[in-house]
Amino acid sequence: MEDLVNQLKVQIIKALKLEDVKPEDINPTAPLFGDGLGLDSIDALELIVLLEKEYGLRVENAASAKKIFSSIKSMADYIAEHKKA
Amino acid sequence: MSSIGFIKSYSIIRNNQAILNGEEFLKGAPEDDFATFIRSLYKKLEITHSPFYKMDDMCKLGLMATELILKDSAIKEKYTDTEIGVVLSNSSSSLHTDASYYETVKDKSNYFPSPAVFVYTLPNIVIGEICIRNKIKGENTFFIFEEYNPEFITDYVNNLFSSGKLKSCIAGWVEFCEGKYEAFLYLAEAAQAENLITHTAEQIKKIYNF
Repeated sequence: MEDLVNQLKVQIIKALKLEDVKPEDINPTAPLFGDGLGLDSIDALELIVLLEKEYGLRVENAASAKKIFSSIKSMADYIAEHKKA
Repeated sequence: MSSIGFIKSYSIIRNNQAILNGEEFLKGAPEDDFATFIRSLYKKLEITHSPFYKMDDMCKLGLMATELILKDSAIKEKYTDTEIGVVLSNSSSSLHTDASYYETVKDKSNYFPSPAVFVYTLPNIVIGEICIRNKIKGENTFFIFEEYNPEFITDYVNNLFSSGKLKSCIAGWVEFCEGKYEAFLYLAEAAQAENLITHTAEQIKKIYNF
């Protein structure tokens, strides 16, 4: 799980062009939106694309998206759970 | 008949060089690409504006040219948000970013449209980025010409001044296409102050060809 979390950090920094952020700066349980990394609505769409492009996972509805993208840890949990299936 | 405004400051960014009011502000190495040079300019201006890194190249160019002309202007202390406008122009519209977006959608077997690229597929987004950064809410327009047209832009801005819609305006040219770039922006004001250049096409041509 730790490898997946670290991989996600690198992918998110690249996809969202967070040039001032290093992987070790990101707390995996901190909120991605609002406080935390301070991402915006376009970033949210970019994360949905990332999940599909890198892991072949589609987010089916807005309610589940809110839970999946609440933190890096929650994204990793979702990927680990659904990649097995 | 429109009244004539005055040019408070101007910037030129081209060929890895940034010029402010006729003096070199930054010169990049000849081998620097645009990304390297514009990042150096961002650092030299000592700005903290993290959305900069997410912008497309034309927005980075326009925003840095604006930062140069506003940095010592105290414009926000003189005018309200709605008294300041932005009138820009170029020849390639957003074609450079349109092509980048097309790369993300052209292959149906690898179809991952990028929302972050898509939002920059309009030329007037550069105006939006300037306005968001500087909290500007006045009149704004983006024109497309084959080449820079100082007669049209000066007339248009001077009319905004004489109609009372604006008291100050960021105007000029922001062009980026296929790695070639040029920004020429100036800050015009309706009110006269000492030693300012008059806002006429003739004066614009003189400083643009610096």
